[in-house]
Amino acid sequence: MQFELKHITYGLLTLFIVLNYGLILQGIMPKIAARVGRRYGIRWYQPYIDIIKNHAKRSKITHGIMYYLGPVFRLSGGIGLLMFMPVIFGSPYFGNFSFAGDLTLVLYFQFFGVLGMALGAGESGHPHSAIGVSRGLSQVTALELPLTLGVISIAMQYGTLRIADIVAAQQGGIMNWTIFTNPFAGAALMLSFLGSMGRAPFDVVLAPQEIPIGPPTEYHSGFLGILQLNRAIFPVAKLILFMNLLYGGATSWPELFIKTFFIYLWSVFVGVAFPRFRVDQSVRWFLGVPLLFGIIAILLI
Amino acid sequence: MSTPFDNIKTVFRNAEVKPQRQDLYHLSIPKEQLVALVTHLKEVEGYLHLVQLTAVDWIEKNQFQLTYILNNPTKRLDVMVKTFIDRDNPTMDTIHHMWEQAATYQRELREMFGIDFPGSPRVDKPFILEGWDNIPPYRRDFDTKKYAEETYFPRPGRETNDPKEYMKKKLYPDEI
Amino acid sequence: MSKSDLEKRTVMSPDGEPIEINPLQDYFCDAHPKVHEPVLPIFEKFLNWARSESLWVLGFGTGCGAIEMRPLMTPRFDAYRFGIQWRPTPRQSSVFIISGYLSVKTLKRVIRSYEQMQNPKFVIALGSCTINGGMYWDSYNTIKRLDHYLPVDVYIAGCMPRPEAILAGFEKLKELIRQGKGEGANLYAQNFDWYKANQKKIIKDWDMPDYNW
Ligand code: SF4
Repeated sequence: MQFELKHITYGLLTLFIVLNYGLILQGIMPKIAARVGRRYGIRWYQPYIDIIKNHAKRSKITHGIMYYLGPVFRLSGGIGLLMFMPVIFGSPYFGNFSFAGDLTLVLYFQFFGVLGMALGAGESGHPHSAIGVSRGLSQVTALELPLTLGVISIAMQYGTLRIADIVAAQQGGIMNWTIFTNPFAGAALMLSFLGSMGRAPFDVVLAPQEIPIGPPTEYHSGFLGILQLNRAIFPVAKLILFMNLLYGGATSWPELFIKTFFIYLWSVFVGVAFPRFRVDQSVRWFLGVPLLFGIIAILLI
Repeated sequence: MSTPFDNIKTVFRNAEVKPQRQDLYHLSIPKEQLVALVTHLKEVEGYLHLVQLTAVDWIEKNQFQLTYILNNPTKRLDVMVKTFIDRDNPTMDTIHHMWEQAATYQRELREMFGIDFPGSPRVDKPFILEGWDNIPPYRRDFDTKKYAEETYFPRPGRETNDPKEYMKKKLYPDEI
Repeated sequence: MSKSDLEKRTVMSPDGEPIEINPLQDYFCDAHPKVHEPVLPIFEKFLNWARSESLWVLGFGTGCGAIEMRPLMTPRFDAYRFGIQWRPTPRQSSVFIISGYLSVKTLKRVIRSYEQMQNPKFVIALGSCTINGGMYWDSYNTIKRLDHYLPVDVYIAGCMPRPEAILAGFEKLKELIRQGKGEGANLYAQNFDWYKANQKKIIKDWDMPDYNW
């Protein structure tokens, strides 16, 4: 693949669209959750204001180099995940930088952000940040297992590690989607997806009010603004990944918006219906049914 | 009249029993025998629960009164064990070996009344008042109003009413 | 960590060399707060709007008043629709609600938390206790006037103010911020010595650095 200026421009354009879409989703989804609780909820543009405000803080302090790198790692994890995936199938422009082995790379990026946070939080000198990071890491590790099994199963099914090929194989009707042709892998993926979105019942590691020792405790001002940007991009990137793997990808932006919206809604639905798990409970849960689905999916292929 | 404490009188002759309610009795005992009595109540009579340990400042008699409230969960009986200690030399034997939470009560009494409990864990650590340098604030010779006004920057213009006079004026304006 | 761990002392390193440590200096920074001037007026106006619409409250309940802040999150009052959210850490929050009486012991923690918040920061004081002592006017252990220790932006009177009153207080605060009057942090930096003197007068065992960021 050769680089052209065009690629970079369209890459930035993708980033811009995804960022705005992510921010709006971030405003709408809590609103849906609030409506379930009969509240008005936040305004849909609240995430924009929050980001502006955080960047408008006048003072910031630092705890060293790794402290700076934490948010940067996290953001680059999100952007990397997005850039190496074909966002719009069949479009020569919004395929971005996807290449032959991108599925493995994408799996790796899933983990990248949390590791970055671990480094940064360790540097921040907060006495309890190690607890928070280790909780987050253990939960992510547990949900990676069914996720990876499901992904491997899909890769075996289509005989490729290239996301664009996987999407191509699913074209031509709903019944060609992986969720129907390989339902066990689909189930394993969708269940681990719940955990990776960081919503209830798996949001103890992020929950700010419950445990004030989560990784981002020490981050403030601009640092927190960067984290928030990532919090808008990363979920959308993940949504696009799942859409590509299970739901036949998207051939246009509107199709992408609709599909990802409903995938996101699935995690919101589960979130408003179930109370929180503790970390040990959620680890055990991921190693139960989702793992079973993942193993069955591998065996059946 | 027979009380549940009649047999106690045979062991502790100095104890005075006074019924207050059907389920509440007062026991007074000299300071030296208090720990023995409380131990007896807990181990033999089944008063397993320490409800409260508190003090009263009898400045006129130059004494502190210590009150131990115990509860017997099977018989549904409360007993208040009272003893008096000298106000000039306020020390008392600790009972934290029977109830661990007594150490906290004793720490509080040490801070608020200046009653010492030698041997009680962490009794000298500040409890609520960090770095207090006046006489203990629950003693009655401590003037809390004067202290507050001198220390805490009172806001000028605040009006304070005597509750008794104020309510009299409000409720019975004709009688004045 | 006990208090003796904070004292200046000499310890032996593993190689048998004596080293001097002073934890208060080594772990914390003692630099005074800086005044951060507002930038260009037009720009600042926009930023002030953003600040006023995104009030992040530090979840720190000090007195009885904390109980009236909880209903604000419930469907009945739902403060989220005004851009008010609760944050767990002083670093990220911009509004500090002093909810009621402050004992001297709590004041010490309040000051530390306040100083860790980042520059445009606002203080709302609830209840008559923070105004003039309220019903604890003759107490030996609660402060009377909060504005002697921290710059207060909005006082909400009442004992206890109802959630509606608190919402009204938030609206007032938003107005002040939009007018560019929410400069409490700079005020604190300018009059730092006066505030510190007042704080030290009543906190008698001062065992922390003068400024904790
Ligand atoms: S003003 Fe009233 S409700 Fe508020 S802290 Fe004081 S006594 Fe409590």
